[in-house]
Amino acid sequence: MDWITTVDHKKIAILYLIAGGFFFGIGGIEAILIRIQLMKPMNDFVSAQVFNELITMHGTTMIFLGVMPIIFAIMNAVVPLQIGARDVAFPFVNALGFWTFLFGGLLLNLSWIMGGAPDAGWTSYTPLSSSEYSGTHGVDFYTIGLQIAGLGTLIGGINFLATIITMRAPGMSYMRMPMFTWTTFITSAIILFAFPAITVGLVLLTFDRILGANFFDVANGGNPVLWQHIFWIFGHPEVYILILPAFGIISEVIPTFARKRLFGYSSMVFATILIAFLGFMVWAHHMFTTGLGNVANALFSISTMLIAVPTGIKIFNWLFTMWGGQIRFTAANLFAVGFVPTFVMGGVTGVMLASAPADFQFHDTYFVVAHFHYVIVGGLVLGLFSGLHYWWPKMFGRILSETLGKWTFWTFMIGFQLTFFVQHFLGLMGMQRRIVTYLPNQDFDLLNLVSSVGAFLMGVGVIMFLVNIVITTRKPVNAPNDPWEDGRTLEWSIPSPPPEYNFKQTPLVRGIDAYWKEKMAGHTEMTPAEPVGSIHMPSATPLPFVMSVGIFIAGLGLMFSKDDFGNAFMNGLFNNYIVVIIGLLITFGAMALRSLYDDHGWHIEPEDQDEKGVRT
Amino acid sequence: MMKQWQVAKRILPLLAVFSLLLSACGREDLSVMKPQGPVAQGQYDLMKLSIAIMIVVLIIVFAIAAYVLIRFRRRAGQNEVPEQVEGNFKLEVIWTAIPLLLVIVLAVPTVQTIFAQGEDLSKDKNAIQVKVTSHQYWWEFTYPQYDVTTSQDLIIPTGKKIAFELKTADVLHSFWVPSLAGKMDTNPDGTVNKFSFSAPNEGVYRGKCAELCGRSHAFMEFKVKAVSQESFDRWVNEMKAPAVLPEDTQLAEKFKTNCLSCHAVGDQGGPVAPNLTGIGGKEAVAGILLNQREGQEEGNPVLDNMKEWLHDPQSVKPGNTMPNPKDLGLTDEEIDGIAEYLANYKLDYE
Ligand code: HEM
Ligand SMILES: [Cu+2]
Repeated sequence: MDWITTVDHKKIAILYLIAGGFFFGIGGIEAILIRIQLMKPMNDFVSAQVFNELITMHGTTMIFLGVMPIIFAIMNAVVPLQIGARDVAFPFVNALGFWTFLFGGLLLNLSWIMGGAPDAGWTSYTPLSSSEYSGTHGVDFYTIGLQIAGLGTLIGGINFLATIITMRAPGMSYMRMPMFTWTTFITSAIILFAFPAITVGLVLLTFDRILGANFFDVANGGNPVLWQHIFWIFGHPEVYILILPAFGIISEVIPTFARKRLFGYSSMVFATILIAFLGFMVWAHHMFTTGLGNVANALFSISTMLIAVPTGIKIFNWLFTMWGGQIRFTAANLFAVGFVPTFVMGGVTGVMLASAPADFQFHDTYFVVAHFHYVIVGGLVLGLFSGLHYWWPKMFGRILSETLGKWTFWTFMIGFQLTFFVQHFLGLMGMQRRIVTYLPNQDFDLLNLVSSVGAFLMGVGVIMFLVNIVITTRKPVNAPNDPWEDGRTLEWSIPSPPPEYNFKQTPLVRGIDAYWKEKMAGHTEMTPAEPVGSIHMPSATPLPFVMSVGIFIAGLGLMFSKDDFGNAFMNGLFNNYIVVIIGLLITFGAMALRSLYDDHGWHIEPEDQDEKGVRT
Repeated sequence: MMKQWQVAKRILPLLAVFSLLLSACGREDLSVMKPQGPVAQGQYDLMKLSIAIMIVVLIIVFAIAAYVLIRFRRRAGQNEVPEQVEGNFKLEVIWTAIPLLLVIVLAVPTVQTIFAQGEDLSKDKNAIQVKVTSHQYWWEFTYPQYDVTTSQDLIIPTGKKIAFELKTADVLHSFWVPSLAGKMDTNPDGTVNKFSFSAPNEGVYRGKCAELCGRSHAFMEFKVKAVSQESFDRWVNEMKAPAVLPEDTQLAEKFKTNCLSCHAVGDQGGPVAPNLTGIGGKEAVAGILLNQREGQEEGNPVLDNMKEWLHDPQSVKPGNTMPNPKDLGLTDEEIDGIAEYLANYKLDYE
């Protein structure tokens, strides 16, 4: 119950982590099934229909429901602490964001048991995703599930923007913000601009499918290429929504374990902003083969290649952060160090793809599959592992086992390289992506087998991480404030896990790497910027949960509003939009309650503020 | 300067080895790395240039990373705090400028190739015009200059430029013959795509559908067969000859009523399904069941493939729209009879 009503950013972080981990597991199982199917030519482990559902759900789940929430988990756990805040700007809205994400994700995955998962690819290109060619409710689950989950993301993004703009501790100017906070800030800005595009796209597709509109139907004046533009105007920035936080994590972990400040801080900030900006200008590089014409292809080729420049700046800055430092290879740092070359590998193939005539060959082949997995898995997932090992003690008060962490790193890393390196060659040898099987004797057999074996190894790595969590959870909560001893930013100046109110007294920030600076000056804690006083806290409330349940019900109702249940009562309920209305009533009712009933929260008085962390 | 050249000299053999390695990959009729025509060659050249640049980048980054990781690991008893370096303006400018330079090196030929290969040949009288229409899950090829329509096997004369106009009859597909040219999507009417390629050498090249198009996406293969100009002319004539129907009149009647409602042979039948003229001489049945050919180990006798298809089209290509001949009321013997007739229906043009 406590968990359903909480509005504490630290607990919401844990909720995001559990839910994201759960969906990540589902997406991982789907990936393994795909790799079993492709292990040998003409395999019939799954049917063609199930295969298309697997690839669609694997992509969709991993991106929207797996890694995004884990990013949000880390952001929630870390950002308020890094800027010296007591919570995010809108704790209530933060909870709402989590619950809508969760219910959207659940709705999407219900499709497996409610008559067919979406099967048109995670890009859901029309007309394949139209009701004419995808007759089950699969794509409806996709449009409505993602719509609801996307709402949560958008809410979360706006919340972080507000938090970072308004709640920084005294002295923390923008150019003193830790890099992870910076990337969260930029990421949230991208979310703010990119998610409305997919929202509109999903609404249009829902209208086409459920209400018989014709936005994408050529016969009735629509245009399927329009969907591609809308999708990628969102979809490309989405890639940066994913990778920028990983950049942030790496920029925290490497300096800590090299005992040096981040090299070229201001160029890092500048590069991040530039990447975000360029990220919006290059969406059509996913559409070179759609036939946009020579001029468009040339322009999008060049703008895409330009992203290599700010990315290069970052890579070299990381390398030179370590230069002259004292590098410690903890598990967290292994992942961070492993991230650099792997991500570079994904980056260079990205530049290769940017060359439009060459992309005519690369596009929709396993070369592309290899490329984006190098970025998303080799970049982002390694980054997340690094971040989780790094901040785990801060979140839970327990340090993950270093030995197991290192084992996780090596199995995962080797498995990853085995899986995806060979896929570059598969693509170049003529293997297109999203195929359920392939004829023998095309030289595809051996490399596919290698790739599948690698995937199993990655699975083993993930399981080791889970084992590590279980073992660690049984240990006592005894992590010190600054378990890595070289923590540089504010979160390390308070207990692990932090008390409910984070900072008893808001700290005064005197420079970049505020905590490190104080330590170098011989202090053991931050100089406070205010006297000890009563701390205002927001009240716990079940309303966000209730609102999301309402949206969930409305979504289900809308999806089945055209169905015949062979039962007059059910038909009446769904076909007259009664279920939709009930769902919306629940949501709006909860909203009304929230606005009408004034809740001023509560206070923690100085005598109740004990320095030890609360247990989570 | 001298030193840099030394570095380049060391990298060059590496590149040579690498391109050897690359070109060792895959089949000649299928691999992107073994281009068989000028368009694919141009694209491959770009790929080689970009790979070369990227390998240089990788080597530099990996070398720095390896050096740093080995040289600056924390040793036991090392407790003094390292100097906190803010950054280095000169260095940062260098690693902004160098990538920018590399990007320009790649961008210039990229743009050149885009415009060179993106030429519109649809009005060119010397080019063979081919209209490609993709269907779930088969390919239709129409030659407007010759008034001929065929399916699955695209017959082209060597050396001639083939100018394509691509569209789809249903969902999006993508037309891809890796060893001849990169892919191009087939969009619904209204956004017809154009592109072209040519094949200097005789041979059969494997084509694939590269855009997820439904359950049998993986099975939506086709072949491009490049033959001499004389053979091509003969093929056109044979295609235009009157239909050959089964000798057995009863079987011919069954074939006409059951199959020609969708398919066509010669001057008879309809355009809904793949044109069956000369089907027995094609490279594959339904694009995916490879027929035996001389000098090739793969494939089954065309009759076996034909029977396999006709006895259960769904198991070969799940989700395709052809009705099962059994459901059309044909007996096993009749199906075998039609299979035999189709397997022997060959055009003599090579
Ligand atoms: C017993 C009569 C029929 C025979 C002997 C027959 C034969 C064939 C053959 C040999 C193919 C493979 C074509 C190729 O490789 O180019 C094929 C494919 C096809 N047929 Fe038929 N067919 C018959 C009836 C029909 C009918 C009535 C329809 C239309 C409703 C139809 C629709 C199709 C379609 C759509 C394909 C393409 C399947 C794919 O490759 O995805 N067929 N048929
Ligand atoms: Cu297709």
